[in-house]
Amino acid sequence: MNLRKATNSLGLLFVGLVLVSPAILFFLWMASLSLKFEVDNAAYPPILIPERFAWKNYTGVFESNRFGLFFLNSLIVTGAATGLALLIGVPAGYGIARMKATKAAVVVLIARMTPGLSYLIPLFLLFQWLGLMGTLVPQIIAHLVITVPIVIWIMIGYFETTPLELEEAAVIDGANRWHVFRHIALPIAKPGVTVAFILAVIFSWNNFVFGIVLAGRETRTLPVAVYNMLSFEQLSWGPLAASALIVTLPVLVLTIVAQRQIVAGLTAGAVKGG
Amino acid sequence: MATMAERQTAPLTVTVSVTDARPKSAYWPFVVPAVAVVGSVIVFPWVFTVWMSMHEWTVGGARRFTGLSNYMRLGSDERFLTSVGHTLVYTLLAVVLPLIFGTLAALIFNSRLPFRGILRGVFVMPMMATPVAVALVWTMMFHPQLGVLNYLLSLVGIGPQAWVFSPSTVIPSLVLVETWQWTPLVMLIVLGGLAAIPTEPYESAAIDGATVFQRFRYITLPMIAPFLMVAVIIRTIDALKSFDIIYAITQGGPGTASETINLYLYSVAFAYYDVGYGSAIAVVFFAIVIALSLLMLHLRQRTKWIDVQG
Repeated sequence: MNLRKATNSLGLLFVGLVLVSPAILFFLWMASLSLKFEVDNAAYPPILIPERFAWKNYTGVFESNRFGLFFLNSLIVTGAATGLALLIGVPAGYGIARMKATKAAVVVLIARMTPGLSYLIPLFLLFQWLGLMGTLVPQIIAHLVITVPIVIWIMIGYFETTPLELEEAAVIDGANRWHVFRHIALPIAKPGVTVAFILAVIFSWNNFVFGIVLAGRETRTLPVAVYNMLSFEQLSWGPLAASALIVTLPVLVLTIVAQRQIVAGLTAGAVKGG
Repeated sequence: MATMAERQTAPLTVTVSVTDARPKSAYWPFVVPAVAVVGSVIVFPWVFTVWMSMHEWTVGGARRFTGLSNYMRLGSDERFLTSVGHTLVYTLLAVVLPLIFGTLAALIFNSRLPFRGILRGVFVMPMMATPVAVALVWTMMFHPQLGVLNYLLSLVGIGPQAWVFSPSTVIPSLVLVETWQWTPLVMLIVLGGLAAIPTEPYESAAIDGATVFQRFRYITLPMIAPFLMVAVIIRTIDALKSFDIIYAITQGGPGTASETINLYLYSVAFAYYDVGYGSAIAVVFFAIVIALSLLMLHLRQRTKWIDVQG
């Protein structure tokens, strides 16, 4: 009986490994490409683990001072767009949930359906007219299109499930709305804020389409910078794969570390930006 | 005495909490900043796009009101019509394949899988990875001579493919990437549905001697139908809007063989700077997304209705 149980779970483990193999093999291959010299990357049959690792692919990326600039740009755009979205979206989610304003939620839903590109024509003209092109401001504002709906949507869901009794008691005791929100509702909804924060960071960090339209030479974010490498250095796969891995590594680490929150957030709202 | 007191105070607290303590208008200050931001970065672009679409307008050029002529032009624009066809084929494939694989994966994740948490974390990674970075590696894997995919095919005796470099295989190849990336989302949604199924129907089915397939067909499938519908709606919206992967891998090529509406919209607005015509495309594109979403929602209502009837 025990033996049968053991073989059963071994079989299931095997099935599970087959299931995750497309993901694992892909990222393994990505790492392999990034650690090989050109000779090894051009070899046939392909080599998975080379005899010599080309660490210079990585040091090369970090040594280029442009990379530091683009990394900083990404950090500023994602940081500002997420921070602003939390500042605006968390209270809004609270207000909408308490007012039971389902119609407001529909606007958020339609925003989710709209193709990211269709926001860009008017915003592009507006930023040009305001003379903001060449700064990071246009990208920060455009990223709000992704982050604000994510935060509002997740927070509505959380505040709808937090108990009203405590808040009512505080109101009767004479606390004003802001205090009730700040000291009672917000602490209870903290896990929701974490989920909203993580998803907003990931989808803003990954965003590409706003960058290719709004970014200039000095204001590129990492996804745009990597894409530009693709068009100019098509032949050197090693450094390309290395920079691709560096761009997506923070997100992958976050996915593993905050797996539970991400799954909760995605199943609740099934949100995605762009 | 105690009962008397309860009777007296109970209605009182109810009135207080419903009317006096929670007037809805008191929550407006919480919403105002968001209304301002959503109004200016989301609603304003919608309205402005419609207005622009009625003008002949290129960046740096003069602006002229032309009514609906941009929309008329779409009807005879071969390239636009072809892009609509590409979009529909791409969307159909990019909904169906993740749906099948995602449902299968969810069924497996719902069983007593060892290391379930870690495996689920790894399984979700593709959808969180940066699309451009992913696209770049796929481009290398698709390479006809040096790519690893043709090597893998040669191991099982299949000849080399042109993948994204041939007009006839470019869309299925891009759908392969899209499927790889978005199957996890379908899995998560369906897994949520599976978790909600009670165990009783399975117990009685086991007593009646139902086969595995019968149990899936007559118990699991009807129970998760609403969740499958949600997955279909979300996948449809996302596949219609797909941009990063297509743009980074093929830019709509070879030629215009993988040019979807979104890609064409990009070219018109930001390569030719014809913002008037581009806006008209954006409006029609938006209408298509909304129309398909409403159609799906309608179907979803019907699946619910059938469930109730059944």
